[in-house]
Amino acid sequence: MHTIDHAELADVFNKDEARVDWHDETLWWIRQKRDKAVNQLPEWELLRETASKIKENVLSNLAGYLEEFEGNAQKNGIIVHWAADAKEHNQIVLNLLKGKGINKMVKSKSMLTEECHLNEHLEHNGIEVIDSDLGERIVQLAKEPPSHIVLPCIHKKKEEIGDLFHEYLGTPAGNADPQFLTETARQHLREVFLTRRAALTGVNFAVAETGEFVVCTNEGNADMGAHLSEIHIASMGMEKLIPKRENLGVFLRLLTRSATGQPITTYSSHFSKPRSGTEIHVIIVDNGRSQQLGRPDFRNSLKCIRCGSCMNTCPVYRRSGGHSYHNAIAGPIGAILAPNLDMEKYADLPFASTLCGSCSNVCPVKIDIHQQLYKWRQVIVQKGYAATGKKAAMKMMSLTLASPTAYHLGGKAGRFVMKYAPIAVNNKLNPWYKQRDMPEPPKESFGEWYTKNRKA
Amino acid sequence: MSTARERILNAVRANQPASTPLPEIIIPASEIDLSTKFTETLNNIGGKVIAVNNYADILNYLEEATATRLLNISSIPELQQLRTLDHIPRMPHSLQDTELAIIKAKFGVAENGAVWITEDLLDQRVLPFICQHLMVVLDASSIVANMHQAYEKIGMESYGYGAFIAGPSKTADIEQSLVLGAHGSRSMTIFLINA
Repeated sequence: MHTIDHAELADVFNKDEARVDWHDETLWWIRQKRDKAVNQLPEWELLRETASKIKENVLSNLAGYLEEFEGNAQKNGIIVHWAADAKEHNQIVLNLLKGKGINKMVKSKSMLTEECHLNEHLEHNGIEVIDSDLGERIVQLAKEPPSHIVLPCIHKKKEEIGDLFHEYLGTPAGNADPQFLTETARQHLREVFLTRRAALTGVNFAVAETGEFVVCTNEGNADMGAHLSEIHIASMGMEKLIPKRENLGVFLRLLTRSATGQPITTYSSHFSKPRSGTEIHVIIVDNGRSQQLGRPDFRNSLKCIRCGSCMNTCPVYRRSGGHSYHNAIAGPIGAILAPNLDMEKYADLPFASTLCGSCSNVCPVKIDIHQQLYKWRQVIVQKGYAATGKKAAMKMMSLTLASPTAYHLGGKAGRFVMKYAPIAVNNKLNPWYKQRDMPEPPKESFGEWYTKNRKA
Repeated sequence: MSTARERILNAVRANQPASTPLPEIIIPASEIDLSTKFTETLNNIGGKVIAVNNYADILNYLEEATATRLLNISSIPELQQLRTLDHIPRMPHSLQDTELAIIKAKFGVAENGAVWITEDLLDQRVLPFICQHLMVVLDASSIVANMHQAYEKIGMESYGYGAFIAGPSKTADIEQSLVLGAHGSRSMTIFLINA
């Protein structure tokens, strides 16, 4: 079976070179804003180290913290549900809505619900879902998934957004002014917030000690939804737990500086008890996380706080776009999370990297992302999921490197071909030739040069 | 058949690594002038700070700025005379036409321009979000340097809902162009009372 892989999807994205440059520069600009914010804090490295150690403690006592959180949340009047996988999660949401006779819901950003494909499931069952984060609303209108976990429509030009708003929200054709379009969305979604009885939000952090959870937004959409609805459903990946309330100080300092270079999101909302006459439901979701916890080489990926800084800095992500990762979470972090869920389907993702290590350097919780990418490659090849071409090339390479005769012969042949018949490598069959010319071949190998010059 | 809860907890218990200690948070705060840093940070994120000496100054300022606006003032006895809504609304939706809300904050955070608000300071949780413009009264002496000190101050206080609010609602989802006034308040003004 052939599934479309990252390289093929990146090819589609790379057809429009001007757009690739724009995408690349926009994300790099965000990376620079991150640097500017980070450099103002002399304690940055200490913060990262502390955050990483807190998350290590969480992962090593996760079962206990989950029970502690559940108990304290229940004491606060929050109803707690458990979902082993995406299907169970979606069914819990559907049952909650059906139980109240609700067929329209407003949702703020939750990558977990993207991972679970909640919208499709609800729509299939006659529930209308409206995404309220502006970027998410835009990709929802375009019938696309988000291409970035923090900046869902970073791949879209304002003219395309103007066209979507013209088609669906009745704005004048050709108007692509961000101020005007945002105002239109504000009016459109205010009506939605005021008329929905149910709101779903994600969870950025859940505190075991207090049973509260924190949701961070810049737009205020999570709060508008939650405070105007009679039922607030919060979907939470179980790794979102932190032990103590004071730990929030560490993570809220790291999250937005890493994500966008802001010192904090506009709103960091702490939900502890439901408003009188309303309900808060928290759904704790596993969906492969307990399995990842059992993989010593990869469990650190569960420390992720979803800031997106690894994407903004990644030379491959910036030039291939989020959709080329064909997974809810794109970029380097997506490439180490996805193979846990389906190693065959996502076998290509750990190879979509130069292993430059920039992702690990910016990660606020010090996940060894590039090392995990390298380790996944080995697991994937060993399990036989690597692409056929890659397997053949690696076999050839290992034969060549194992035999000095073959190695020298291969080098000579390569230099000969590149010198006298460059068309043999400068063609479309050679992936290294895409978007670049092959280098001038050297006249001789280092071995040949050394033999000649050793005695001189 | 076991429940999802049991299956998940069993899987986690089987797979979680040997326990590592929870680190203490020992992160020193920089020596800074707190009011200056708070003002500077809030200005950078689209907010506005007005330094005042007392509530009389605030009343004077508001007399000029708010003559015709629909006002909601939560929990500030000194400003109740400005309130145009004479009852505490039962449904949050009835606040939808609030042009301006004035609320009190418990304290401010210099490093990020945020103020800490808990629901006992609000008629309804939705108030600081649904209003078109938000004004916050803050004692300069309550400002702390960073988020560690902020949580030290909050301690184990019990609240149904609490939030850090830092500046007006904003988005940059369209080509990274910053627009103020996404879904929440379009502006945020802080009256900083220097006691």
